[in-house]
Amino acid sequence: MTDPSDTSLGDTPPEGTHDQDYNFAYLDEQTKRMIRRALLKGLAIPGYQVPFASREMPMPYGWGTGGVQVTSACLVPDDCIKVIDQGADDTTNAVSIRKFFERTAGVRTTEKTGEASLIQTRHRIPETPLEEGQILVYQVPIPEPLRFLEPRETETRKMHALEEYGLMHVKLYEDISSHGHISTAYAYPVSVEERYVMDPSPIPKFDNPKMHQCPAVQLFGAGREQRIYALPPYTDVVSLDFEDHPFTRLRNDGVCGLCGADDTYLDEVIMDDEGTRMFVCSDTDYCATRIEEAAE
Amino acid sequence: MYVAVKGGEKAIDNAHRWLGEMRRGDRRVPQLETAQISEQMTLAVSRVMAEGSLYDAELAALAIKQARGDLIEAIFLIRAYRTTLPRFGYTSPIETARMRCRRRVSATFKDVPGGQILGPTFDYTHRLLDFKLLAESEDEQAEEAIPQDSADVPHVLGLLDRDGLIQKEHRTDEEPVDITREPLEMPASRAARLQVLARGDEGFILGLGYSTQRGYARNHAFVGELRIGLVDVEMEIPELGFAISLGVIEVTECETVNQFIGSKTEPPQFTRGYGLVLGQQERKSIAVALVDRALRWKELGEDFLGAAAQDEEFVLYHADNIQATGFVEHIKLPHYVDFQSELELVRMIRKDAEAAREKADD
Repeated sequence: MTDPSDTSLGDTPPEGTHDQDYNFAYLDEQTKRMIRRALLKGLAIPGYQVPFASREMPMPYGWGTGGVQVTSACLVPDDCIKVIDQGADDTTNAVSIRKFFERTAGVRTTEKTGEASLIQTRHRIPETPLEEGQILVYQVPIPEPLRFLEPRETETRKMHALEEYGLMHVKLYEDISSHGHISTAYAYPVSVEERYVMDPSPIPKFDNPKMHQCPAVQLFGAGREQRIYALPPYTDVVSLDFEDHPFTRLRNDGVCGLCGADDTYLDEVIMDDEGTRMFVCSDTDYCATRIEEAAE
Repeated sequence: MYVAVKGGEKAIDNAHRWLGEMRRGDRRVPQLETAQISEQMTLAVSRVMAEGSLYDAELAALAIKQARGDLIEAIFLIRAYRTTLPRFGYTSPIETARMRCRRRVSATFKDVPGGQILGPTFDYTHRLLDFKLLAESEDEQAEEAIPQDSADVPHVLGLLDRDGLIQKEHRTDEEPVDITREPLEMPASRAARLQVLARGDEGFILGLGYSTQRGYARNHAFVGELRIGLVDVEMEIPELGFAISLGVIEVTECETVNQFIGSKTEPPQFTRGYGLVLGQQERKSIAVALVDRALRWKELGEDFLGAAAQDEEFVLYHADNIQATGFVEHIKLPHYVDFQSELELVRMIRKDAEAAREKADD
């Protein structure tokens, strides 16, 4: 047992080894097996929310406990992982989760999207297209896309079972009639294989089209809500819309102030008291790679 | 500048060191020993054990020390530690009728077989600050009634049961669910409900219980019996073919007697609420019993009055303070990406609205 007063991120063990006080990737094998069963069920029924016996993790609910459990159940010693939060590898929580797996699984880590075999993400899909063989793990706060229309779980499960999504369409229609637009900018609901309406996690709707026919496996973990769902490779994922109001991606018209990209999702940074703004790529790896390539 | 978001790793390590220093406080004051916490802050330890759902006073004391006295943080530490413990099996049900009672009171009968034991209670203390405690003098020692050996102390409600005046509880040998090993699904069994309530947040359960007394699904409760004491924990060992004792734990049990005028399906009789929690936690056990009773409306053929305490999904999905604190506090994590998309959306809708207004003005 490690010193419990040690609340630091812990020393990283030598590469290729993991902290021997814990099982590989923290969770015990029985728990991993339970999670893998839920993942397989999820992959077999794309978009369906599978209840699973989520465990208490050493980070708080809301910090990505669902994603961490899914990652833990998927990791093998050969993996190379990348962890991003808001598209960035160096945000505090991404750092903390990456450190957690360095310590408990001893796997290689990377910031390069193309090098990672498993990417855990909060709120973004990388700009670099994913490939076959990669796994993208999403951290999900509220897995139920109908939750804000109907708070009761017993009701929403029934609605999914009966494919009763009228309420959702009415909500989107009411948005258009009162604002001229659908007023959902992130966590924009999608339809999976024309069956389940699914919450894509709070990614900006700019990222939604990247889920469609994605060659990588996409896994979603909601720890507090005890749900797992999944998209196998090359799954049809369509953002909900209307014929006369087709889905549109939403991004600021600007270009990245660092790498000059004009087709990426941008973060807005306030530079001074005058309110001067700068726009930069939210995907730090994509941005840094472009800067490197330009320098060559 | 943009680099402000860089350097997360160093910031985290430094923040942790600072936190450690704040926990220690003024170094001229001796460091708190965990034994002092487990011996002198027993009720805090009880709460951490109950809501952490791990009966270990030493670890609870350590968690309280490490958490700088923040009990929810301490409960979280215990829960996270608990996850890593292997599950060997399940013990036999504890026999609270054989409890060595430190305290046992009934509000419904003046005297009961087995007697009323006031025990170590704040109930009749005058809440006056005891300035003697500021000086480090030893208190006088109380004459302690040593808890009796395991002897049957029958439950008060059993007496009403014999006369058929109180609703019968259905005995079942069905394996109860384990909410720490299976996902909580709705509708939940009563066993699952009582487990969630037992480790639910004291404040939340207290508020809900209180609301039932103020008319939100009022159920007219009396404390039929409240007992605090020690019970044996035994486990059947298949290889041995008999049960062995694993140890002794302290629990608090409350049974309420609730007035009930009958419903479409049930005759007029008294009904019950039940609360069992680890450690000495009187307030919590009473509140659990009130909420348990309110949640039983369907089983008793009562109407759903729209009260929060009757609403199973509302109560069970929001009672856990580790889930609640995580999700409430997580909104302080970075949300630049979602916020950015909201900004763009609001700008777009405003632009449309302004254009429409200008057009109307022309």
